Amino acid sequence: MAGDMRSNDGFPQGESYAGFVRKRRRVGTFFRTLFLLATVLGVVILAVLVLDVANDAFGYVAIQNQVAPESLAEDLEELPQEELLAILTANISAGRLRALNAQALVAERSQEEVLALVVSEVVRPKIVESWSLAESIFERARIEAELATIPNAVLEFKAWLNWDFITAPQSSDPTSAGIRTAILGSIWVTLIAFLVATPLGVGAATYLEEYSKGGKLDGLIETNINNLAGVPSIIYGMLGLAVFVRFFGQITSGVVFGAADPSTANGRTILAAGMTLGLLILPLVIINAREAIRATPRAFREASYGLGATKWQTTWHHVLPNALPGILTGVILSVSRAFGETAPLIVVGVSTFIVVDPAGPFSKFTTLPVQIFQWTARPQEEFQRLAAAAILALLFLLLTLNATAIYLRNRFARRY
Amino acid sequence: MNNASNGKYAAEAHDLNIYYGSFQAARDINLLIERQKITALIGPSGCGKSTVLRAFNRMNDLIPSARTTGDVHFHGKNIYDRDVDAVEVRRRVGMVFQKPNPFPKSIYENIAWGARVNGFKGNVDDLVEESLRGAALWDEVKDKLRQSGYSLSGGQQQRLCIARAIAIKPDIILMDEPCSALDPIATLRIEELMKALTRQYTIIIVTHNMQQAARVSDYTAFFTVKDDRTGYLEEFGATKEMFTSPQSQVTEDYITGRFG
Repeated sequence: MAGDMRSNDGFPQGESYAGFVRKRRRVGTFFRTLFLLATVLGVVILAVLVLDVANDAFGYVAIQNQVAPESLAEDLEELPQEELLAILTANISAGRLRALNAQALVAERSQEEVLALVVSEVVRPKIVESWSLAESIFERARIEAELATIPNAVLEFKAWLNWDFITAPQSSDPTSAGIRTAILGSIWVTLIAFLVATPLGVGAATYLEEYSKGGKLDGLIETNINNLAGVPSIIYGMLGLAVFVRFFGQITSGVVFGAADPSTANGRTILAAGMTLGLLILPLVIINAREAIRATPRAFREASYGLGATKWQTTWHHVLPNALPGILTGVILSVSRAFGETAPLIVVGVSTFIVVDPAGPFSKFTTLPVQIFQWTARPQEEFQRLAAAAILALLFLLLTLNATAIYLRNRFARRY
Repeated sequence: MNNASNGKYAAEAHDLNIYYGSFQAARDINLLIERQKITALIGPSGCGKSTVLRAFNRMNDLIPSARTTGDVHFHGKNIYDRDVDAVEVRRRVGMVFQKPNPFPKSIYENIAWGARVNGFKGNVDDLVEESLRGAALWDEVKDKLRQSGYSLSGGQQQRLCIARAIAIKPDIILMDEPCSALDPIATLRIEELMKALTRQYTIIIVTHNMQQAARVSDYTAFFTVKDDRTGYLEEFGATKEMFTSPQSQVTEDYITGRFG
């Protein structure tokens, strides 16, 4: 290349040209390395975050039993149901026994169930100390030394994130507290936000892209939508409080539908929160849907109009199906945002402590991020561990939600 | 639209002026389109020939800044009259575009869709076969009607677009450089198809290819521009005469390849 040489025509020749090419390649390599570093940094930060949370969610705990199991029997788990029953009745008050029998006759329960009762009613284990995963792995000696200072304590490895934690309702006792109520609340609220934002957002985007004439009013609307996407979420919470909770309280509490008792009902329900989050993500849905609609090739529109199709037929049969994958991407992103929102819900009036599962849109509720927020605000170490476990559950749920949505979107896009 | 008049002309443009905003793209165009003939619109780039073509089915309406004055008479009525719906016009004046643009649907659906949105109540299977035969595509695709329109080659896609256009039984088919994205063999097939289509349809074609205009068309309209960049009709007449003895010097320069 460098060999064939014409007279100097303004371009670098020979060795100077080869050097010029090397220099251009070096610039490329520099930027490639820079971008690689940025990616690696992002991955590392994410990994550190997850590890930090996992560090708190697993580890040794010191359990102190109110009654040592060895004092009851050599090995409780091996005992037949009758003997466990005898231990239970001998160690609890008559009133407590009546209360248990009122739930289901204790004598007729299985061996495992009676064993669980003996543990919870008689042995009564209590977590008195807990350690992080890193401490559990690297500082075993220190943990054992600390353990020796606690009377009657047993060391046990505990995964704070476990199936019982996922399925148990909230509780003030960290050993039995769970996130079922919060997960169900999150799903309900997100579902309503999705149902509010998707039709409104896609409808508005279709109007603005396909029908609006681009006049002054349309320009004003467009500017407002773009600005709304940047409004802090807590402002939406105040809007939701004023409009959905207070003004439309009769509707959002379900009183007008006869679904709630007017004397106690207020608007602090799943419906009010879901509609607030729906409004919060509406601008995002509109902006993404508009982008997707605008990206529809002009050729499709022309082909459709050329066949004598009306504007609506063109929009419905060609523009929207073509834009659907892009619209869904926007919806997925927005719904993830709604799933993780905390601040507006606190303003709207999420329940701080609730052990009853939400039954419908008019129920009181709590959500996973709010639950995490409340647990992290507690001083006890055990609640910090619960918060860490709940964060892992939240991340996993978000990942599942997004993966499912993306899978569905891709399947739909291919079929079309 | 009124009943078909059996005059000599399928469409007539009178004193057509087309503007994009303040820019005038075409000035004082008068064109008579003879029934069941092929009329070619030729001329250098930017001479407004595509704009004039799109005036025949009000496709320029889709461009917000476009404005048209003058008349296009079709079935004895000006299609730019207030009481005429552009949708009705396009149902009667089909169009084939420069780049093949089948819908992202099956071959079958590509043809059935246009008929369905226009309220076709007959046998769709028969209509699809008839249209594909009309576009000389049936033998190639009859076993894969459920496959995507995109599985076809460029030339086949363009014939699919022609089949789609004739499925709604228009009177006139507008073709905007239909072969510019195709290879010579596919081009030849489209040209043969166009000749066959004149048994039923009137065709107006815009082409950059002068040999193509000479080969297929019965009439040729030569558009050009002066310094104001506004297109006007320099010469219009029977193709044979125009290519052998053009009236105007500009036309002669253009068709002999001296400019454009």
